[in-house]
Amino acid sequence: MKVAVVVFPGSNCDRDTAHAVRLAGAEAELVWHERVELGGADAVIVPGGFAHGDYLRAGAIARFSPVMAALREHAERDGLVLGICNGFQVLTEARLLPGVLRRNTTLRFENRWVRLAVERVDTPFTRAVPAGMTLRMPIAHGEGAYWLPDAELDRLEAAGQVLFRYAAPEGNPNGSLRDIAGVTNERGNVCGLMPHPERSSEALLGSDDGLLVMRSLVESMAAVGAAA
Amino acid sequence: MATYRFSVSIMPKDGILDPQGRAVEASLAALDAANVHHVRIGRRVEVDVEAGSTDEAWATVDRLSGELLANPLIESWEIEGLHTPGPLGPSK
Repeated sequence: MKVAVVVFPGSNCDRDTAHAVRLAGAEAELVWHERVELGGADAVIVPGGFAHGDYLRAGAIARFSPVMAALREHAERDGLVLGICNGFQVLTEARLLPGVLRRNTTLRFENRWVRLAVERVDTPFTRAVPAGMTLRMPIAHGEGAYWLPDAELDRLEAAGQVLFRYAAPEGNPNGSLRDIAGVTNERGNVCGLMPHPERSSEALLGSDDGLLVMRSLVESMAAVGAAA
Repeated sequence: MATYRFSVSIMPKDGILDPQGRAVEASLAALDAANVHHVRIGRRVEVDVEAGSTDEAWATVDRLSGELLANPLIESWEIEGLHTPGPLGPSK
């Protein structure tokens, strides 16, 4: 079982992410953004950083990197895709996930620990999370305020596509509408979140709650493999 | 073929959260400009396009605006034709 971790110029969480994938029990391969295939990976992670310097808008230019065609095809075949932080921004710009991540309303780059409520534990990204558990993870972003028109937010919530919300005691760190920290696409095989599971995958880092997300992904890959 | 120059002004749509505009607006009282409101911040992009006609060049810029320069979910854009700068470098 292998996870492809896409690397753009300016990605900077790629190695940490690959390390966390290995801790969760799968192989990880770094895939440079100019490649046109994913090395036969079972799942793809778009990691954090500043792809293409975040020039123009975060994620806007990364959307047109050669590897994105293979990623899109993987998603269309119901393959699992996880976007973390900048990776979430890339996936929204690529229209693989709904919504937009706007500049924080707090006048600052927010680099701190947050708490996440997990809205569903029956998804490929949360199946290893015990029901009712909140996850402690760090954030580090300037553009993380999730935005969608009100009516579309209603629809998103009704469809169960809101997967993570910022929760007490730290609460909403960036002005995201309805405290949204992570969403999935309609089919539920593409997920993005602003907090960093890879930076909270070992107790040494202050929390290993993020490993539950990585383990969920790896377990889900195994389940698909067993079914195939 | 001729070269056509355009500017594209990209602005957050009305009603869209604009944290940058809001931050600038909040500083205006210190400039004795509390009578200035509704600050919104966008960006301007200039491009040169080689094409057979203005219409063809315009259509190219409009397509790029929707696909890359602006995010149509939250931003609108206006294209303005600028003076034609003449041939760019040696002709092909």
